[in-house]
Amino acid sequence: MSFEETRKDFPILTQQIYGKPLVYFDNAATTQKPVCVIEKIKNAYYEQNANIHRGVHFLSERATEAHECARKKVQQFINARSSNEIIFTRGTTEAINLVAFSFGETFCKEGDEIIVTEMEHHSNIVPWQMMCERKKVHLKVAHFDENGMLNLDELRKLTNENTKLIAVAHVSNVLGTVNPVKEIAQIAHAAGALLLVDGAQSVPHLQVDVQDIDADFFAFSGHKIYGPTGIGVLFGKEQLLEKMQPYQGGGEMIQKVTFEKTTYNELPFKFEAGTPDFIGSTALAEALNYVDKLGMKNIAQYEHDLLEYARIRLSEIDGMRFFGNAPDRSGVLSFLVGNIHPYDMGSILDKLGIAVRTGHHCAQPVMDHFGIEGTVRTSFAFYNTKAEIDTLFNGIVRAQKMFR
Amino acid sequence: MTINEKQDEIIAEFEFLDDWLDKYQLIIDKSQSSKGVEDKYKVEENVIEGCQSKVWVAAEYKDGLIYFQGESNTDIAGGIVCMLVEILSGHTPDEILNADLYFIDRIGLKEHLSPTRSNGMLAMIKQMRIYAMAFKSKNN
Repeated sequence: MSFEETRKDFPILTQQIYGKPLVYFDNAATTQKPVCVIEKIKNAYYEQNANIHRGVHFLSERATEAHECARKKVQQFINARSSNEIIFTRGTTEAINLVAFSFGETFCKEGDEIIVTEMEHHSNIVPWQMMCERKKVHLKVAHFDENGMLNLDELRKLTNENTKLIAVAHVSNVLGTVNPVKEIAQIAHAAGALLLVDGAQSVPHLQVDVQDIDADFFAFSGHKIYGPTGIGVLFGKEQLLEKMQPYQGGGEMIQKVTFEKTTYNELPFKFEAGTPDFIGSTALAEALNYVDKLGMKNIAQYEHDLLEYARIRLSEIDGMRFFGNAPDRSGVLSFLVGNIHPYDMGSILDKLGIAVRTGHHCAQPVMDHFGIEGTVRTSFAFYNTKAEIDTLFNGIVRAQKMFR
Repeated sequence: MTINEKQDEIIAEFEFLDDWLDKYQLIIDKSQSSKGVEDKYKVEENVIEGCQSKVWVAAEYKDGLIYFQGESNTDIAGGIVCMLVEILSGHTPDEILNADLYFIDRIGLKEHLSPTRSNGMLAMIKQMRIYAMAFKSKNN
């Protein structure tokens, strides 16, 4: 099968931008949606919209079944042991906030330590800072080298009997570095600590097996893997989720409410207060079915080829500087050209119909590491082509001439 | 020249440029040939912090007229601030406060007026009006 054929499944890609064919290279921010996902959302509203759980009527049961089927699909997709380990959230950010709060409240006390890395997205920094402030816990930082590789020796040294949890990105959203999360899980567990993996940038590109990684928590977003916005996933090991106190209170998450005492529902409902996004969950499951049909291994291989082609092609450009040269990379390519400001480069590429992201990519510590304000970031999906990378090449060369 | 005459001059410069890239080239050229902001004014207080670009706007008041200086670390925001400086400099606070900056729309830069646009054109204009208001109240 040729991946180029998948383009017909994505109606938005046929658009013209300023009279030029759209080249969409902002997939790390959000991916486009295939027709089947869009249809799923539409049909769910047309045919099975009713609030789920505890409904006795036909539509409610049907909607409930679809939502719980979606949970099973996610479980299978990341190979969790049980669907009780799959919590639907609004996205990766909410999933990490949930863990930072509920894990922090249940397990952390003054003097404990949490470790994050220098290459984290702000979403995997700020929730921990908030928790650390609340619980008087120390936040420690493991750094990366000039190639964008995590310093595992430093991470080992930082990890001790006070460490409660290590929070790390599976794939860096700026550098593209694929972190050795399996090894990091061993480092954490050897010290009696837990591991949270931010999988926002890995799940769309790599086959993920949470049991193989031995992650205690794993978070990702639906919209970055061809699903709708507003739905995401938190995986957590069942025995941990059981012990953790709820994140939010409300409907769905309770067993019995009296003014004297409220008892909480079982997993996974304990962590899903309020009406869940049951349309979003079924559409996410549809997106996962779609990528399953293509095969995550095939996707990974094709995108790897694209990424490497882009690196080779763009390295021909005078003054090209890449950020992130780790041997194991995925998804994104960050760069600067000469002293052209990324905002200027992005604005010109936009006028050529090429969508890239510019700025600090919600990872300011990464920018500080390199002493830069921002980068231009191109990020790929399986519907991108080498011809589009050639268009990007020509666009950058054109822009470069304009700033001389 | 009045503010409107200066605006019309800029509109005429852009008028025959059909291609977006030619328009941007003109903006970039304006930034690159600009005198920028004097070092003594390149201080934190004069920074308009956008999400991605940094713009300095300074103002001097002489004989009832305001003289602006502007510069950015990006050429596109730099070109935009240059045009604003060109148009609004050498006018009284009242003229600046009453100015209708129609050139923005006419040269096709309306999108840059969006408050979410990261170069902060709106913030630049606001800052220049604040200067005008400050000098006006000082005068009174």
